Amino acid sequence: MTLNERQSPALHRRGRGAIADRTFSTAALIAGILVLAILALIFITTVTQAWPAFRYQGLSFFTSTTWVPNDPDGDGPAKAQFGTLAFTYGTVVVSLIALVVAVPVSIGIALFITELAPKRVRSSVTTIIDLLAAVPSVVFGLLGILVVAPALFHAYDGVHKTVGRVPILGKLFGEPVSSGRSFMTAGIIVAIMIVPIITSVTREVFATVPTADKHAALSLGATRWEMIRAAVFPHSFGGMVGAVILGLGRAMGETIAVALTIGAAVHVTPNLFDGGHALPAVIVLNFGDPGSYPGREALIGCGVVLFALTLIVNYAARFIVRRAEVRMKGATA
Amino acid sequence: MTTTSGIAPLSTSVPDDLRRATLSRGRRLTDLVARTAIWLSVAVAAVPIGFVVYYLIRKGGGAMSWSFLTDRIPHQPTTIGGGMGPAIVGTIVTVGFASVMAIPLGVLGAIYLAEYGKQRPLGRLIRTMADVMTGVPSIMMGLFIYISVVLLTHEQNGLAAALALGSLMLPVIIRTSEEMLNLVPEELRQASLALGARRWRTIVSVVLPASASGITSGALLAIARAAGETAPIYLVIGLIYRPNWSLFGANTSLPAQIFSNAQQPYAPANDRAWGAALTLVAIVFILTALGRFLAARFAIKER
Repeated sequence: MTLNERQSPALHRRGRGAIADRTFSTAALIAGILVLAILALIFITTVTQAWPAFRYQGLSFFTSTTWVPNDPDGDGPAKAQFGTLAFTYGTVVVSLIALVVAVPVSIGIALFITELAPKRVRSSVTTIIDLLAAVPSVVFGLLGILVVAPALFHAYDGVHKTVGRVPILGKLFGEPVSSGRSFMTAGIIVAIMIVPIITSVTREVFATVPTADKHAALSLGATRWEMIRAAVFPHSFGGMVGAVILGLGRAMGETIAVALTIGAAVHVTPNLFDGGHALPAVIVLNFGDPGSYPGREALIGCGVVLFALTLIVNYAARFIVRRAEVRMKGATA
Repeated sequence: MTTTSGIAPLSTSVPDDLRRATLSRGRRLTDLVARTAIWLSVAVAAVPIGFVVYYLIRKGGGAMSWSFLTDRIPHQPTTIGGGMGPAIVGTIVTVGFASVMAIPLGVLGAIYLAEYGKQRPLGRLIRTMADVMTGVPSIMMGLFIYISVVLLTHEQNGLAAALALGSLMLPVIIRTSEEMLNLVPEELRQASLALGARRWRTIVSVVLPASASGITSGALLAIARAAGETAPIYLVIGLIYRPNWSLFGANTSLPAQIFSNAQQPYAPANDRAWGAALTLVAIVFILTALGRFLAARFAIKER
């Protein structure tokens, strides 16, 4: 009698339970494919829905800063115009301000947690960062519009009065808008929101620095800071860049906090203390009242532009992080 | 000598030329400046969280009462008092239904990635795209649902909001659950298979229970995130002033109410926004704390 003949039917590939097995794996596969389907649908639906706006406005949809969503004179010669460059500009400016503020702070916190902090302090700092990450963006927006913006106006005014006459700085830090809702306020609020994500990624990157390298630097007589510069930074440069770009992607997509604090002014100005607008903010603020046709389509078009920007940034982040990972593995091996 | 160095305190037996004092003044100064900057950055991060807590308790606490949690939302922003009852109901309905959809699907998707797809091309593609999907701005999810649900049904409703939140939660749950499934020791699966269990039985009765706490924790964090999402909901949920426990018909939610009341120039509306913010943050913090507690308490030790 061979083993084969005595094999239990449950062990056969086609035996009892085979159907359940196949059903289960198919269900899992479908759930996985759902991700691809949703992502494809997001792309297809938004692009097709926004198409009339692209057709209506042509290339100037991307290059014009004129946004007049309501037809000014009915059947007259003037028409509604949908140029989104001012919003793209605002998105870029706010994200850059957020990065300039958030990156040094995040790297500092990550260094603190991995290199400096005594054990007990470390866990409470991690808790603070976790709390910061948990606060919903609309709450930061609320704080921004009702508390931070009015308070910052006086600071802006002070800065403007001090450096207003200096050539380049005078342009950047011009006359502040009286509500305090400006590129700068939005940038600062967004900075608070991206600190946790940049911190958590850089922290993980710093944790991969080989202890041997650090000890080597210290035993050669380096101070803590010299050790960080000589051992930690060179090793984790790629990862840090990846973390920053990840934060940039998050900053560009931030909607509500920016909508509440940026001031909703459609123009391109170097004055960071002036009100502005941003791609996601214009969508959420005008969606209820989008103007004459194709106003709503144009707002969806803003979403498409934003989507394209974040995809590019995210792709760059993944690329850089992967290259950095390869290099880091090479270093630890 | 600072106590923050993390190095064991130098004893008196250290040779004179290795003492900190022998460092050149420039190097000592740079080190001091750098350390101070690092400590300062921690302080800078602590300030906003302090602000949030202070204002939520001062302003939100003032508006808070039992009737605030249950009363209807006033039609006029200038009306004093009123409550956020409908918004709380709406948040429960939308986030609840979003979780009911996204958690099982997300865990199933994670099972595909961890147990079937693994490093196959399709598995890797889905993994990459799930990462891309987490990076999609939340407002895009709102636009997508607006086009595919609201434009088709000609109605802004709670179902659309739940679908938008579910789409946001799905990739997050897939990726966190996959990580948890990957932590389950391979020997457990082999033991189960060797006893003659089918693949699906192994997964359902061995792998999933072993990773249940991790998956629950990830799901709770995803729910907490979804509860605070504003932009996608605001586009598709409509507006309502009395509670609506149904998925159909216009609804409202805490984040949407905070957003619209924050923009009002009237103090009563702003007060309601603070009260709603306190309620929302309390919900989110409880969910987050529960998630972290589960993660820490029942963590599978990494091997």
